[in-house]
Amino acid sequence: MGGVFEPLEGGGAAVALDEIEISILRSLAVQLLELIGPGEPEPAEDADPLAVLFAAEGPTEPPSDPALARLFPDAYGGPGAGSGEDPEELRARSAEFRRFTENDLRTRKREDALAVVRSLDALTPAGDGAAVLELAGELPLRWLGALNDLRLTIAARLEITEDEQSGELYRLPDDDPRKPMVMAYLWLGGLQETLIETL
Amino acid sequence: MGRVSVAPIEIERTESAEETFAVPEPDVPWVTLVHNDPVNLMSYVTYVFQAYFGYPKDKATRLMLDVHNKGRAVVSSGTREEMERDVQAMHGYGLWATLSQDRN
Repeated sequence: MGGVFEPLEGGGAAVALDEIEISILRSLAVQLLELIGPGEPEPAEDADPLAVLFAAEGPTEPPSDPALARLFPDAYGGPGAGSGEDPEELRARSAEFRRFTENDLRTRKREDALAVVRSLDALTPAGDGAAVLELAGELPLRWLGALNDLRLTIAARLEITEDEQSGELYRLPDDDPRKPMVMAYLWLGGLQETLIETL
Repeated sequence: MGRVSVAPIEIERTESAEETFAVPEPDVPWVTLVHNDPVNLMSYVTYVFQAYFGYPKDKATRLMLDVHNKGRAVVSSGTREEMERDVQAMHGYGLWATLSQDRN
């Protein structure tokens, strides 16, 4: 898996992907969509405007899934928040922030992942299943966001919590069950890194 | 229930209560903190600081290195509403950010 993005003349980025890479990327993006969950259904035209307003409000509690908790962190508190802060007050403010922002954040992340699926589905692979993916317009940034979300999600699954652990993961024996996910994680990192260089 | 006018007393009490509550919150600015994590690429964090805040590359790089080496960095300051907007944007990019009142 040696795919790297290269800049396109006139803007945008391109990467050559083989059949397996296309299928892995698509499957990861679909899993991310399933993790983020479906969007809010469009309200019916005759719906009570007040009810619609309340239905549009998001959750107040952090997600219990570690990957989702990393994608949608608390806005108040955390390291360096100051020892004088009241934990109850921080929790209440985080809950309020989450109620008004998490649905929008989920929508954005869902749209990024959907853009990845759609651009892969639009490819016309050659006889060997390989294709060159060209991203232009808003797509490079949508891909950038989705690649980052995928890496955050995989890192949460692999329980990568400190810088040092990444080094340890590079040296996993081939029969380690985490190996395929680590390979995907590193490969996505290369894709993201080279995509940034084209911006 | 008689129509005894208790309203003036109520109003007086409310006013005095407001006065005591209004004083202790000084006009301290809020800050957006970005925290280090082992996943986000250094180049990506620098890119986000440039793209969202419009910081020049050297400032964005310096902030990214502060995040990486010191565990966190103040990336913007302003009103609470402005910082909530910045934190939401950082979460959108997948960066781990919080806001707090700058008491230093």
